[in-house]
Amino acid sequence: MDIIYTIWLRSMIRYIRSKSRIVGSISMPLFFLLFLGFGLNSVVRIPGLGENYIEFLIPGMVAMSVLFTSVFSGIQIIWDKQFGFLKETLVAPVTRMEIMLGQTFGGATTALIQGIIIMVISLFVGLEVQSVTGFFIALGFMVLIGISFTAFGIAIASRMDDMTGFQLIMNFVVFPIFGLSGALFPISSLPSWLAPVTMLDPLTYGVEGIRYGLTGVSQINPVLSFMVIGGFACIMTIIGAFLFRKISI
Amino acid sequence: MTYAIQVHDLTKKYGNLVAVNNISFGIMQGEIFGLLGPNGAGKTTTLSMLSTMQKPSSGTATVQGKDVEKNEDDVRKAIGIVFQDQSLDEELTAGENMNFHGRLYRIPPDERDKRIDDLLRLVELYDRKNDIVKTFSGGMRRRLEIARGLLHHPSVLFLDEPTLGLDPQTRNHLWQYIADLSKEKNITIILTTHYMEEADRLCDRIAIIDHGSIIALDTPQNLKNGIGGDIITIKTPDINTVSGVLSEPWIHRIETHNDEIRIYLRNAEQHISDIITTLNQENIAVHSVSIHKPTLEDVFLSYTGKTIREQEIDGKEMMRMHMRMVRH
Repeated sequence: MDIIYTIWLRSMIRYIRSKSRIVGSISMPLFFLLFLGFGLNSVVRIPGLGENYIEFLIPGMVAMSVLFTSVFSGIQIIWDKQFGFLKETLVAPVTRMEIMLGQTFGGATTALIQGIIIMVISLFVGLEVQSVTGFFIALGFMVLIGISFTAFGIAIASRMDDMTGFQLIMNFVVFPIFGLSGALFPISSLPSWLAPVTMLDPLTYGVEGIRYGLTGVSQINPVLSFMVIGGFACIMTIIGAFLFRKISI
Repeated sequence: MTYAIQVHDLTKKYGNLVAVNNISFGIMQGEIFGLLGPNGAGKTTTLSMLSTMQKPSSGTATVQGKDVEKNEDDVRKAIGIVFQDQSLDEELTAGENMNFHGRLYRIPPDERDKRIDDLLRLVELYDRKNDIVKTFSGGMRRRLEIARGLLHHPSVLFLDEPTLGLDPQTRNHLWQYIADLSKEKNITIILTTHYMEEADRLCDRIAIIDHGSIIALDTPQNLKNGIGGDIITIKTPDINTVSGVLSEPWIHRIETHNDEIRIYLRNAEQHISDIITTLNQENIAVHSVSIHKPTLEDVFLSYTGKTIREQEIDGKEMMRMHMRMVRH
């Protein structure tokens, strides 16, 4: 436990020091929120929410910020590999499982903080938190998304030697996961051929969970959302741990 | 005396490439032991196996009596490592890097803080404790890494090319540290290097390693004595005729290397005039003559027929060919 805490602590120190990274990863969801939100607010009608597209979009942007931050945190292992620091941890008398879990929780925590920052900013553009319980439900889903995708990033980083494949992963894996998740549009208004694809995307359940917590309305039953994203977090952690065990430098 | 490290028939293969070939040696407690050889000779691979970072293909190795494959964790607790490439977190301060290491090795907090301060003083970085490592010079980073490697009181310290890329002054400074360290703390130190001078000055014993095999193992003095006295190097265009005309009994042996004749003999100062006289009588032109006491470079040359630098160039060529073969 103390080892997991140690690795987590390092992630936190690094996170707090990297001001430009904090600002950089907030800017994208924030711009989406402002441009899409205000731009489409008057033209888009969301079933159940009426004309309030911004309120619909906010949970999606929170999820987006958590998603990108966590994938990036996981993939950072490649840097540790390149700058040699990973050797320092791998040669210590600790298990790889502990290192991997510490890294996962560290990534999930930074992602959670980033998500909360977006949430706080959203308060100024129309977010009205329904209840304290709802707020904590949203936080819970953010943690699960964070764990899932940090572990996902670690799994990828374990198989990559340098950052050259990073852009490829971002464009062809992470962005589609985001785009198909119903963060930007309601699932029910999708054409019938696209809806099943969206239902296969684990992030859909995360977004819907956050949406249920923040707005009280969701198109997927929150219990089902919780089970799917929770299960996905477990599976990704197992896969990440398995691949990280085989990492060689 | 007890063995700190024992190695039996250790081998590491990567596909067809044999990086370490059946090596065996023992290192005594408190000894400074050097693995000397050109880049790509298998030094770092040997160190990786001893430090549990890589699994041997065959053979066994023990550190403080613990098998590197079966008792991985016990070995890891007993050793400290300074890697060839830097392994600090540049975003953290010197103190945080040390603290992180202390936590990983589960040193209790009070003890940890005390040792960190002591070691930072030892490597003269105490006043930089709260500075981010990014701002440190190469020599400072190296010193910090050595301090970090000592934090958990290892009984064996591995140093992989500890002075690579450092300026001569820092290098001298570090040599002094390492020598003092082994004396004061009775730590067994195993270091790899391709600097002859470093090996000569620091090591109690040296294993010369080339193409994955140990070709000689002894104290630096014995290795140098082993090549038979002094060396006279003669540059001449008539390279092939020289060995024919010089047959005095006090000549140990004669070798040609590139455009030079190397004559191994004892008391070179007494005999040099005889040699020059003989060459003059035979009308052999002499461009230059020099005498020197044997160095480890001469030892390497006499065992492999090449200088360590030439061997490195060959090694790179081989590596390139190997990569090409793998790719196609």
